Amino acid sequence: MQVAIQGPWSPLFGRLTLASIPYHTPILIATFAGVAVIGLVIVGAVLYYNKLGYLWREWITTVDHKKIGVMYIILGLVMLVRGFADGLMIRTQQAMAIGPNSPGILGAQHGFLPPFHFDQIYSAHGTVMILFAATPILTGLTNVIVPLQIGARDMAFPYMNALSLWLTTAGAILVMLSLFVGDFSAAGWVGLIPLTELPYSPGVGVDYWMWAIQISSIGTTLNAINMIVTIIKMRAPGMSWFRLPVFTWTTLSTNIIGLTAFPVLGVALGLLGADRYLGAHFYTAGLGGNLMLYTNLFWIWGHPEVYFLVLPAFGIFSEIIPTFSEKPLFGYTTMVAATFAIAGISWAVWLHHFFTMAAGPDVNGFFSIATMLVGIPTGVKVFNWMFTLYRGRLTFATPMLWSLAGLFLLLAGGITGMMLAIPAINYSVHDSVFVIAHFHCMVLLIGAAMFAAVSYWFPKVFGIQLDERNGLMFFWTFIAATGIVFIAMFALGFEGETRRLAYIYDPAWRPMLWTEEAGMMLYIVSIGYFARMLYVSLRDRIPVPADPWGTSRTLEFLTHSPVPFYNFAVTPQVNARDELAWRRDHGLEKTQPDAFEVIHMPCNSAIPFIIGMLAMAFGFGLIWRIWWMFGAALLGIVIAVIIRSFDKNLGYEIQPEEVAAMERNLATAGIIAEQPARKPLTEAEAH
Amino acid sequence: MSTDAPPTDATKLFHPHFAGHDQISARTLGFWLYMLSDALIFTALFAAYAVLNNPMSAAGGPIAPQVVNPVEGLWQTYAVLGSVATYSLGTVALKSGNKAGVMLGIILSIVLALVFLGFETHDLLGLLAKGDGPARSGYLSAFFILIATHGLHMVFGIIWMLVMLVQIPTMGFTANVVARLINLRMFWQFQATIWVLVYIYVYMIGAY
Repeated sequence: MQVAIQGPWSPLFGRLTLASIPYHTPILIATFAGVAVIGLVIVGAVLYYNKLGYLWREWITTVDHKKIGVMYIILGLVMLVRGFADGLMIRTQQAMAIGPNSPGILGAQHGFLPPFHFDQIYSAHGTVMILFAATPILTGLTNVIVPLQIGARDMAFPYMNALSLWLTTAGAILVMLSLFVGDFSAAGWVGLIPLTELPYSPGVGVDYWMWAIQISSIGTTLNAINMIVTIIKMRAPGMSWFRLPVFTWTTLSTNIIGLTAFPVLGVALGLLGADRYLGAHFYTAGLGGNLMLYTNLFWIWGHPEVYFLVLPAFGIFSEIIPTFSEKPLFGYTTMVAATFAIAGISWAVWLHHFFTMAAGPDVNGFFSIATMLVGIPTGVKVFNWMFTLYRGRLTFATPMLWSLAGLFLLLAGGITGMMLAIPAINYSVHDSVFVIAHFHCMVLLIGAAMFAAVSYWFPKVFGIQLDERNGLMFFWTFIAATGIVFIAMFALGFEGETRRLAYIYDPAWRPMLWTEEAGMMLYIVSIGYFARMLYVSLRDRIPVPADPWGTSRTLEFLTHSPVPFYNFAVTPQVNARDELAWRRDHGLEKTQPDAFEVIHMPCNSAIPFIIGMLAMAFGFGLIWRIWWMFGAALLGIVIAVIIRSFDKNLGYEIQPEEVAAMERNLATAGIIAEQPARKPLTEAEAH
Repeated sequence: MSTDAPPTDATKLFHPHFAGHDQISARTLGFWLYMLSDALIFTALFAAYAVLNNPMSAAGGPIAPQVVNPVEGLWQTYAVLGSVATYSLGTVALKSGNKAGVMLGIILSIVLALVFLGFETHDLLGLLAKGDGPARSGYLSAFFILIATHGLHMVFGIIWMLVMLVQIPTMGFTANVVARLINLRMFWQFQATIWVLVYIYVYMIGAY
């Protein structure tokens, strides 16, 4: 039932030929050289310091939620740099290719990127930033923090947690692979239909985009299940629902969104797959396809996805602002209600992404009002944060600065969002860069929350200070760059610049485009400060106490820094909403348990990593139509799952004496420490 | 509104020997959530079917009354509901720890699921032979993918049952095995429910 495809095909290599390697594109050659050098340095360093075994035993096969979370965040940061490089190229192209007399280099008529390459770059920018940078970083943060905040020993399903990570990684690897083998989708990150159909995108680009998202979103769905069960079932004694920290509440709501939205994305892309692989006619321009079916299905996922990202950001602000105001969060109950109100409305606003599809005033009116309703709970949240700040004892540490900057970005993004919610305005600015500037304010607010969270919880997880001086420089340069780029972009939107332009036809836009380019240069400086912040922190390694800020309020700051791999030596009993603040107020925060007990832990497993790599082969086989590889990988996954189901491993136990020793010398239990080989329990010991 | 009481002599700060959660109940909840996501997949497919179920999307090809066979579909419905019934009888035997009874229930369940898939394959291959495959029109694409997605779930369930047929005699009714048997029962009931919805929406309403 294979559809006719352009170009050669062989049973062994599918569509893959030597011509698929873009060795004639200088930019990609340079990128490849850079990646190869960095890769060789990393591999060389691992081998030189003889750390391969350590990496395998302590990280790749781990089922520890903190290590999995950290790997999620590292993956997200790497992809964030990739996505930024794409953004930089977009801005540079637009700064160069202005007017008919602008010169062209590297085979482009204007600027340095031919249109087809430019189209791939903005498609990759969106896909990478939303799905492979923001999503993994936030998933990683919830992974690290939520079990600690609720006093749990691990996630409900530690093994499935590792599986989620490696599926997401498999998707990310496929996106990166598209740089050097074949090409990426040139149809926008939203997959503009029918451009993504086989007749108009005959190459493998759309297939890369489609399967990378499919594989990683299975990981996200599994993680959502894991998170919800963890929060419902694994809370420490005394942690009643209305004692949950707000970050945990937002994680719960965000994962309910993820669980219900990602399957719809799977269907939207799966039906596109049926069109491209089986010759079906779901979205084709002829033979009974329906273009708007795709657009609706995509945004039924796409809009909840925005709130999937923004709600944890709100949770992060709700943790950081009380800590650095030395006050409990104002309006806890309304904060929780507002979180779930936003989550609820998120399913009823998707059509505002295409008001111009001419659905009529009644439909547009419904979605317009639904969209404006989002402003009410969001306003409740903003006022709650402001009243928390009001008459607080404020400390402007980096996490606090990021949070406050995030509030300003939320204001800018939110007010322009309200404007866009009015169909009459939307018709005149639809697909202009005004929209781009609006949603970048929103995603950069999420970015600000991510950096706030990283600087807030880094000392907790690793037990060392994060360098404050470079952190401050990183913050100020980043925020200044954001202002320079996006204020100019709002202006250009009003002047009528449409999005996705490889060539700028109006020279009057030059000053603003060059302003944006200057902002991009400042972003590069800020990345330098970020790298320096990490370098200085890792070089100096200044240890921190259990509560590095001295004013933290929630349970994760009760255990030691770095957090031991078993989290809490003895499960804490929760007595108050802000448990640590309550203990501090009553002089109890230093109290340690009287005696230690046997701790039962799950054993590491290589199977999640193996399944992740098989999923990557599965995707690669489908993308290049190498049917044997696709079939073998699918069979391999089924067999790996069955083998795992026969596994009788009962985990291992740590004896109280060993716990006591580790509690005395925390470095031996931290996230970096290598653990001795531990023997799994036998059947007899377990009973 | 925080009304957290100050500590007293009876206040506990730690809870030694906290039993934690019950593994089977966590897995069951997790599986319910998985089925919720699966339900969303079918919801989206039903929506796609609803959008494409019109003469224009049939693009001159056959429309529902010419495609569906409600009588054959009725036999399929009996088969899939019978399969759920036999599996459920098997889980009654689970209460008394009767391995043979559970396995007999599963075997009967597999046989009836194969009967179901046999009808379905016959149905779809017949359409393909007439040239009315998923590549014919938007309507037929939606029909094929909806039916085939459900069929794939049934195949997955059969593989799961085969694994259980090996695990019950070799591993006995351990917590893991029992959790899997309970989840499989929910999964099987859920697929039967989806089929009933397919039968009503696609076969019965589509027949005229």
